[in-house]
Amino acid sequence: MTTSNGGPRQRMNQRLRGYDDRRAGWARSIRTRWHALPRPVRWLGLLALVVVLYLLPIIQPPILTTPDSDFGSVLFDAALFALVAIGLNVVIGMAGLLDLGYVGFYAVGAYSVAVFGSPNSSLGTGYPWLVCVPIAIALSMLAGVILGGPTLRLRGDYLAIVTLGFGEIVRLTAVNSNALGAAAGITGIPHPPGKRPDGTDIFSILNINAFYWLALTVIFIVVFGVRNLENSRVGRSWLAIREDEDAAELMGVPTFRFKLWAFAIGAAIGGLSGSLFAGRQGFINPDSFLLQFSILFVAAVVLGGAGNLLGVVTGAVVIAYLPERFRGFADYRIFVFGLALIIVMIFRPQGIIPNRRRATELAVRTEEVAEGA
Amino acid sequence: MDFLLKNFWELTVTGLTQGSIYALVALGYTLVYGVLRLINFAHSEVFMVGTFGALFALEGMGLNANSDVTSASAAIGYLIVAALAAAAASGVTAVIVERVAYRPLRRRNAPTLVFLITAIGASLAMSEGFAIWRGRDNEAFPTVIDPKTQFKFFDASVSNLDILIFLTAIVMMFSLDTFMRRTRLGRGVRAVAQDPDSAALMGVNKNRVISLTFLLGGIMAGGAAILYGLRFGVTKYDVGFLLGVKAFTAAVLGGIGNLRGALIGGLALGLVENYGSAIVGSQWRDVVAYVTLVVVLMFRPTGILGESLGKARA
Amino acid sequence: MLLEISDLDVYYGRIQALRGVSLSVDDGEIVTLIGANGAGKTTLLRALSGLRAVSRGTVTFEGKDITHERADLRVVHGISQAPEGRGIFPGMNVQENLEMGAYSRKDRKSKAYREDFDRVLGLFPRLAERRRQFGGTLSGGEQQMLTIGRALMSRPKVLLLDEPSMGLAPKLIQQIFTIVEEINQQGTTVLLVEQNAQQALSRAHRAYVMETGSIVKEGTGKALLADPAVKEAYLGVA
Repeated sequence: MTTSNGGPRQRMNQRLRGYDDRRAGWARSIRTRWHALPRPVRWLGLLALVVVLYLLPIIQPPILTTPDSDFGSVLFDAALFALVAIGLNVVIGMAGLLDLGYVGFYAVGAYSVAVFGSPNSSLGTGYPWLVCVPIAIALSMLAGVILGGPTLRLRGDYLAIVTLGFGEIVRLTAVNSNALGAAAGITGIPHPPGKRPDGTDIFSILNINAFYWLALTVIFIVVFGVRNLENSRVGRSWLAIREDEDAAELMGVPTFRFKLWAFAIGAAIGGLSGSLFAGRQGFINPDSFLLQFSILFVAAVVLGGAGNLLGVVTGAVVIAYLPERFRGFADYRIFVFGLALIIVMIFRPQGIIPNRRRATELAVRTEEVAEGA
Repeated sequence: MDFLLKNFWELTVTGLTQGSIYALVALGYTLVYGVLRLINFAHSEVFMVGTFGALFALEGMGLNANSDVTSASAAIGYLIVAALAAAAASGVTAVIVERVAYRPLRRRNAPTLVFLITAIGASLAMSEGFAIWRGRDNEAFPTVIDPKTQFKFFDASVSNLDILIFLTAIVMMFSLDTFMRRTRLGRGVRAVAQDPDSAALMGVNKNRVISLTFLLGGIMAGGAAILYGLRFGVTKYDVGFLLGVKAFTAAVLGGIGNLRGALIGGLALGLVENYGSAIVGSQWRDVVAYVTLVVVLMFRPTGILGESLGKARA
Repeated sequence: MLLEISDLDVYYGRIQALRGVSLSVDDGEIVTLIGANGAGKTTLLRALSGLRAVSRGTVTFEGKDITHERADLRVVHGISQAPEGRGIFPGMNVQENLEMGAYSRKDRKSKAYREDFDRVLGLFPRLAERRRQFGGTLSGGEQQMLTIGRALMSRPKVLLLDEPSMGLAPKLIQQIFTIVEEINQQGTTVLLVEQNAQQALSRAHRAYVMETGSIVKEGTGKALLADPAVKEAYLGVA
């Protein structure tokens, strides 16, 4: 950069700001209009949306439907990704902790279901899926506390690498332990229970839609819980920690305890997602828990708009769905996805659907940049 | 345990050569972290591009996987050209990554997380770009140096390749250290790392320093790339991933932001990995590396040598 | 006028830190800017050095508009700042810190350069004694001397000093102000920001008073020293 008077760059900056303002304005106006609607209309609108979401695999909308893979499977994957993103959002978006090993908790959840549920596992208990899920949640939560205990006192960047290491440790442990099926994995994992009137299973490989509906229902329940949490004392403490940890500490917020809570709750949701995954797959092996997934999870949260539930769900759906929709370009899809991540983040660093407070913080920061400073 | 004791010196030699490569890559993370306080996740791909730079240079000089280089002077000539090509490829890649993925965000003062995402984007685009271009299989390096045992270190045989890798890494790091301490530009980098505002008040052009930082980190990764090619003989699009994670671990282990820390961290990681896998089995090698990191950070949160380009005087 | 600031607005996010500030510094002067904590004095100096973006208004230096000039180029033009809170490089020794001050100079091997070095060490003999000591290990007073000395190493036309007396013992304060006068007599124009109004005003040719982001008074140093409102607000005289 050799411009000496900074004029063109100043203009560039203003133009970028202009983009932001216009888009923020667009989001804001939708938000305001939405809130201006009478309460019953809003409820009806939401209800309609929920119904459409449930009906998606049956309607098979023409443009959305994936030509090259089973639409029901893609929907389930997207829903699962969304659930993971909601859990990771508690850690990243709400408490501001960078977790690069989130796939580890997902794996703990999936393996818990496999080990306790499959008759072929080393334990061989063969518990039904519904019994395994609480075990999975408890164990992944425990993993969160065990990992968080010693590491949450570390600074943010270190937390990133330590969690990244954790994710790999979990996977490599699975690869190397015969008790966990080693590289071959574990088969015979139970599906969720339930029979149709004709005696066939509701949840089976032949009927992926049922898994999608289950995942969607779980998402609604978890979103409800997380929203309540966000507006509680805990949520406000997280906010304080995210914005200025030292100040929060001074104000008497027990920062470590709340960070640990965020970690544990995030881990529990990760474990829950993992148990859904295992229940759908029927078998798992360590290849489902590669480090790359952790990175995609983080990308989903930040791309969608860390801290905003609707945003992170959107981000997750974009990341899980787009590569499937464009499978025709199979070879190029990840390449294009990489470029898209850069472009979106440069033009919209606050995410697709930003958290209002974060967008404001960012606008303020942009204003303050001096030329060449 | 018995295996460790029997092969202690052999493991030490392997650990040091692998650690040298980790250390060179770790420098890239540490330099960028020292100046910008951010983890350059795309650095692993900077290294990957370097391996291809070296490979293309060797192939361009008419070598292929079956060639046999017999004369020592020819080998040295090939190596110098390949090393320069690798350093150029990695250095330029690093600078481009900064321009495309980071500078626009810096201008807007975006939060660290956003840098991480663009870095991930750049990393995916680069490795996938190479996968599309070169395919997803290993490509073999020509054998420029045929490893021959030069001498015994206790009971371990040390090959000419081991010596080359270790010495190259040490010389490159020493040069970087000297550059940082003695030259005006190097001091500019240290000044920005220690106090960016004060550096600007001294007339340091921050953007230029940042480009330089990426360039230097890239050159070091390029050095690591040619050594990696010689040592392991193959490369492919995702060769940077695991090495990048290890090198970053090494940087944090030694004290991120600290050049000498990268050296110590790299060598320590190489040794610990090899000793550790001798004790618990080589399939646990990576687990040993991560557990070491967690344990070190718990007892010494800023790494072995502590943080910052400034405080450790280079 | 060497340095002319007109109608400057600067914002911190949504908060306006400077409101239409106009101020000028003539060649050879010591101009003082006094004001309470948070009045915007440091913000003004940061804007002058290019560390803070300006929303409105202009900064002219030697007749050239530098409002949006890059920070590092302003040093080349001849504006140098010794920042508040010192801002020395803790991991460099005294010698290296001083050399950093001359970073923008092209004549680092010349006689003039060495003379400037000796001149700074002459002004601050303490620094000469501690040449090999790391910046981070110096006392507050020594760090202040180093900041000023370092700023001088670029051979500035105008030296911006931000609260050089802050946190120093009374005897050291005297000494620092004497040195500031000496620097000025050797030909460097000085814009001095201070809370220690008594000392600053008594040595200034002209002075400005700043309150909540605006200039509220200006005059010669003597006139402001005698001004009853200034006396009451800044000199602790009822």
